[in-house]
Amino acid sequence: MPSSPTVLLDARAVARTLKRMAGEIVELNDGTAGLLLVGIQRRGVQLADRLAAEITAIEGAEIPRGALDITLYRDDLQAVGPRPVVGRTDLPLDLDGRRVVIVDDVLFTGRTIRAAMDELTDFGRPARIALAVLIDRGGRELPIHADVIGKRVAVPPGGRVDVAVHEIDGRDEVTVSRPEHSA
Amino acid sequence: MTPALGKDLLGLAPLSAEQLRLILDTAEPFKEVSERQIKKVPTLRGMTVVNLFFEASTRTRISFEFAEKRLSADTVNVAASGSSVSKGETLVDTARNLEAMRIDMVVIRHPSSGAAKFLAERIESHVINAGDGMHEHPTQGLLDLLTLRDKLGDLAGKRICLVGDVLHSRVARSNIAGLRTLGAEVAVCGPRSLLPHGVEELGVTVFDRIEAAIEWADALNVLRLQLERMTAGYIPSLREYNRVFGVTSARLARAPRDVLILHPGPMNRGVEIDSDVADGPHSVILHQVTNGVAVRMAVLYLLAGARLAAGAESRT
Repeated sequence: MPSSPTVLLDARAVARTLKRMAGEIVELNDGTAGLLLVGIQRRGVQLADRLAAEITAIEGAEIPRGALDITLYRDDLQAVGPRPVVGRTDLPLDLDGRRVVIVDDVLFTGRTIRAAMDELTDFGRPARIALAVLIDRGGRELPIHADVIGKRVAVPPGGRVDVAVHEIDGRDEVTVSRPEHSA
Repeated sequence: MTPALGKDLLGLAPLSAEQLRLILDTAEPFKEVSERQIKKVPTLRGMTVVNLFFEASTRTRISFEFAEKRLSADTVNVAASGSSVSKGETLVDTARNLEAMRIDMVVIRHPSSGAAKFLAERIESHVINAGDGMHEHPTQGLLDLLTLRDKLGDLAGKRICLVGDVLHSRVARSNIAGLRTLGAEVAVCGPRSLLPHGVEELGVTVFDRIEAAIEWADALNVLRLQLERMTAGYIPSLREYNRVFGVTSARLARAPRDVLILHPGPMNRGVEIDSDVADGPHSVILHQVTNGVAVRMAVLYLLAGARLAAGAESRT
């Protein structure tokens, strides 16, 4: 049983963090040429929209976005059963030669990102794929790392990191619940 | 908790509204997969599906095969002719032999009502009924529901009329069950010789005149008139049938609203439906075919995942 959640980032901290991440994405990409932000359903999509708006504020350019639902690329259908609702994948552009940044709320085992990369490569051959996450909680099961990280926090397995975004949850907030018997 | 489908899909009559909606909602994202340049996702990688067809079928078999392949399952097609079935092997022996080769699912089309259920009770693999005698054809019913929902929105209170040979039609039975569960008003229209006795007890309205049905309906699902019905004496002649019950543009022109036209195929143009109606602006017949692949992908996906559906929260 995880303990009761404590707030890791409040709304102001989320806004500040996203602003910094937007700057880092532009820096990593050497500008905005060929840039495409792809949010992972569900909350990665809203975070990608916010990051795109921040980048537009810095650089002036409109940043194209896409949405990716990785349900059909998961490696655990047999283990956890079908997800009740499969979301939409919507990639508006040809991916060939694009500089894709995958955006997700929490990076944990890395399996979601593995699936996302498999799905993206079925749509085309991006020049580069990078990863931006709001929270890196550690606990990787695959050799995957994020290029742009909002905040790192070590949460042992059994704990939870919950990201709320106001478009879905009515507020911006990141909370952490640690497992009962850990430091 | 997910309203899972259980091990098999044998018919629409046993399904709840929640289960029907789950299948239709799951079909939505699968429509998009078929629009991709690479029309394939790895979801059912490593699963083996056998399409066991004891009756001729082109559309349904190909639709299932596309659905299976687009989910990356391995498929084997077995037709009754040219297999050991023609040597007198029983249904159960055929299926058990296949199962001994470690398969995961069987899609079965069979001329006997109840064949899919009979098989499902005797093998461990998932069974999907692709049409059993005069009983049910659930995936056809589902693709009709999906098409109607695409065009009419929520089906509650919508008026759907099945036209023609309801008596011999497994498509009609699946439609009536699914539509009634989702709250639609259902009617049938056809010669009395081709309507089941006591059809009213299924909760449907009966129209003896096609003109009255057209005036009432939001959508007509025009059933195929099997030509052998004429030789069996159910109707006097095909011309006579077309004259009295044919869905023609002249009849539709008098309808108070646009009436959506569905047909499960294959069509007898000029018999139950005129060509200009089949190809007309309100025909959604090819949309039905497109949706067929999506609903079959949804059913395969939901059944395949049902195996160990309990517990285990997903991880990021």
